[in-house]
Amino acid sequence: MVFQPVIGLEVHAELKTKSKVFCPCPVVWKAPPNTVTCPICMGFPGVLPVLNRKALELTLRTAIALNCHIHHQTIFERKNYYYPDLPKGYQISQKRIPIGFQGWLEIATASGRKKIRIHDVHLEEDTGKSVHGEEAGDPSASFIDYNRSGVPLCEIISEPDIHSVEELEQFMIKLRQLLLFLDVSECRMERGHLRFEASVSVRPQGTNTLGTRVEIKNLNSFRAVSGAVQAEIERQIALLKEGRSVQQQTMLWNEASKRTEPMRTKETAHDYRYFPEPDLVPVLISDEWLAQIRQTLPETADEKTLRFVRVYGLSEKEAELLTATPAVAHFFESAVRHFHDPKGIGNWMLGDLQGLLNESQKDWETCPVSPESLAQLVQLIDDQTISVRMAKEVLREMFATGRAPKTIVSEKGLVQIADQDYVRKVVIQVINNHPHAVADYLSGKDKLIGFFVGQVMKATGGKANPQLANRLVREALESRRTSS
Amino acid sequence: MKLWQLTVQEAHRLLLKRDISSRELTESVLDRIAQVEDRVKAFITVTESVARQMAEEADRRLRQGEHVTPLTGIPIAIKDVLCTKGIRTTCGSRILENFVPPYDATCVKRLKEWGAVFVGKTNMDEFAMGSSTEFSAFFPTANPWDLKRVPGGSSGGSAAAVAAGECCAALGTDTGGSVRQPASFCGIVGLKPTYGRVSRFGLIAFASSLDQVGPMTRTVADCAVLLQAIAGHDPWDSTSIPEPVPDYLQELNKEVNGLTIGLPKEYFGEGVDQRIAQMIYGVAKKLETLGVRIEEVSLPTTEYALSAYYIIAPAEASSNLARYDGVQYGYRVPADDIVEMYCKTRKEGFGREVKHRIMLGTYTLSSGYYEAYYLRAAKVRSLIRRDFEKAFQTCQLLMSPTSPILPFPMGERTTDPLLMKMCDICTIPANMAGLPAISLPCGFIDGLPVGLQLTGPPLSEPLLLRGANWIEKQVGLFNCLAPLSVP
Repeated sequence: MVFQPVIGLEVHAELKTKSKVFCPCPVVWKAPPNTVTCPICMGFPGVLPVLNRKALELTLRTAIALNCHIHHQTIFERKNYYYPDLPKGYQISQKRIPIGFQGWLEIATASGRKKIRIHDVHLEEDTGKSVHGEEAGDPSASFIDYNRSGVPLCEIISEPDIHSVEELEQFMIKLRQLLLFLDVSECRMERGHLRFEASVSVRPQGTNTLGTRVEIKNLNSFRAVSGAVQAEIERQIALLKEGRSVQQQTMLWNEASKRTEPMRTKETAHDYRYFPEPDLVPVLISDEWLAQIRQTLPETADEKTLRFVRVYGLSEKEAELLTATPAVAHFFESAVRHFHDPKGIGNWMLGDLQGLLNESQKDWETCPVSPESLAQLVQLIDDQTISVRMAKEVLREMFATGRAPKTIVSEKGLVQIADQDYVRKVVIQVINNHPHAVADYLSGKDKLIGFFVGQVMKATGGKANPQLANRLVREALESRRTSS
Repeated sequence: MKLWQLTVQEAHRLLLKRDISSRELTESVLDRIAQVEDRVKAFITVTESVARQMAEEADRRLRQGEHVTPLTGIPIAIKDVLCTKGIRTTCGSRILENFVPPYDATCVKRLKEWGAVFVGKTNMDEFAMGSSTEFSAFFPTANPWDLKRVPGGSSGGSAAAVAAGECCAALGTDTGGSVRQPASFCGIVGLKPTYGRVSRFGLIAFASSLDQVGPMTRTVADCAVLLQAIAGHDPWDSTSIPEPVPDYLQELNKEVNGLTIGLPKEYFGEGVDQRIAQMIYGVAKKLETLGVRIEEVSLPTTEYALSAYYIIAPAEASSNLARYDGVQYGYRVPADDIVEMYCKTRKEGFGREVKHRIMLGTYTLSSGYYEAYYLRAAKVRSLIRRDFEKAFQTCQLLMSPTSPILPFPMGERTTDPLLMKMCDICTIPANMAGLPAISLPCGFIDGLPVGLQLTGPPLSEPLLLRGANWIEKQVGLFNCLAPLSVP
């Protein structure tokens, strides 16, 4: 029997706001424990939440971009449960009337494009962080850092429309790209900006009933999600093939053993006792505000790709690569603004510069070469000041030192020689010095042209314009043929 | 006359004239506390040194004429449910016995800005859950008019302190009548403002959608002064009302011509001590002879208000009190694992009544019960609101008893939860509808004070105070101090 996996994903994206969602504490990465807190995000007796408008706006932006319907009056609710890093004993979240609902995200699959439905998009607060034992210098105790408590999270919940790990990966890539282009989240995985929970079941291919669902929590990277879901699918199929049944439970991913394992705590049958948060009033979202957000919605990656093909004459593949992240797209467009050779700039970015970035584990945001410098480099090639070979060397230097290509070229005397008279003199010299080779050439060994050009380049210290050298060598040799 | 006997306004006049100093007034009040507190037991914490410091500062301001307000130098007591920076705030609970807040509640901050002098934090039913102050985790407070009887609750400490002259005025909080009922029991004035008129920031929540801070004083004018200080929009409270605050004192003495007062018949019927009902009717008759139109009205959903209240308030409380888990602050029973720590901490830290309500609220919010209980109670709530709206189409204010019963002997009702909860049948509807309501003394039965309640539409505090001020004059009960003998 062939089984079909049924996968749903819950994604928590940390929103890019200056302050927390219900108090004025700043959102800071890696501050010393409990230094960016106040009585409000610590849940002290008597405190009240006040909603951060920016967090609401970023969630709205996300919901709109995910093609959701918007509740014009949305409410917050309390999700009640006990956990040490949850200071109030409840999390302010949304359940019954989320900001956005019934949307979709389109992904590319092997069999064409496919819409993954989005159940809802809502706003909630993050919890604190438990630090156990030795990590904090005391193996017998646990500590809590509330710096993260109250940081705004946008939760995106998909319908169980994903039927393979490949689709799952596409969905995550596409979603991350969307969040990046919307400028709503930094999406830095290593900082936990994106966290996932997957629900997995399997069913005989061709049937429509849903199998028993297993939830996998605390997945913090694409790799963990793929690995865990793959392992879980295999585990469930193996069980069913043995004639056993899948139990509904919550699992964790064990990276080392590559297995999903049941959560140890007794938190299976949670009743969160949601009810409307009485400390916040219903939020009214006006048509005017929605219209304004729609109008100012940044271009999506797909829109950008199409535009790059249309406006810059790039191939679809090039355009896709150059719009993979907002940073690479921004780099490209800035460079093109400085010197209009989209094709040339694109090639250099996707070729040598990408290679240098990979080597040094940098990305387009931390690239030591500015778009302006790269544009300058391409211009130097185009106006034949330097050769492509020289340019490669110059780029390496630019990458290492951050200096402008013109400075490097003039300091190293790399300016290529395009003076016809001078190069012709060198060519004549080379031909005169190699009479045997000339004879061989004239007797039909056309390939020797490369040897002569090489000799010319060697004699000029590599500075002769290669195209020019090539033309002059051919002319000089051919003239021997006619005169002999 | 002793200084501690002065009303807020009288003391203010003398302070302004420099006939007395805040230091003298404060010492007089502290002396009074020393004399009667062992019998009244109104305070969980008496803050003598804080009071003396604040009095010094007030005297400096008065001398230099710097930002002098009607409360500058006036000794005030604060219910122990309101956070006071650096001063222990227990909420009447073992679980917060040693909790010292790192911040001031907004209303506390405003009193500080006005230059008031804090004499102490008053006793209360644990987490404001109760109607007699007997459910304080520490000790019960006595009614200064009869020390064997309860002062009402949950703001019983504040009411008793005001009635006993242990402060000139106090702040209480009112979730289902916790300001008005003890005011009634202790023969003083107590106001629950419109929901949102006074910031709840720093008020340790019992039931967030019902809680409101209110003044407790010995005269209606004093009540207006205190409300003036604490009312107003607060950006730290999303439920606070942005409307500007009127000048309540100026509104106080305006004419009450053409007033129509409604008597909701449900507040005079079964379960109400008929001697109290007759006393309110008597006041109504007197007002009628003075030109007030008296009309009988009906609020048919009144009978469901108590039930709906006992769904909504415990539901919110069960969530509001979840933070007391022994992790960050307050009482903690160490244990081997976290769940055991939670259980032991909450078992020992909370009293019986609080646990009772947490269980009730947890149950009604549980999956499968939410729709049947919480959601239906919320619907009843809008019906109650509609009842009032309808009544206010024909009259401006409603008049009723504040409490259906007289102050009862200590211990009489502690074992009968239903009987205890019946104390609040006249006060709960105003909380459910978010309306302002005031209680003022209107007479005595068997030597025990009787309170009269006026209820008005949202933000009608000016009219409410004006009406109460006028009735106060007609009834002739002003600055009633309990006749506590001093040995």
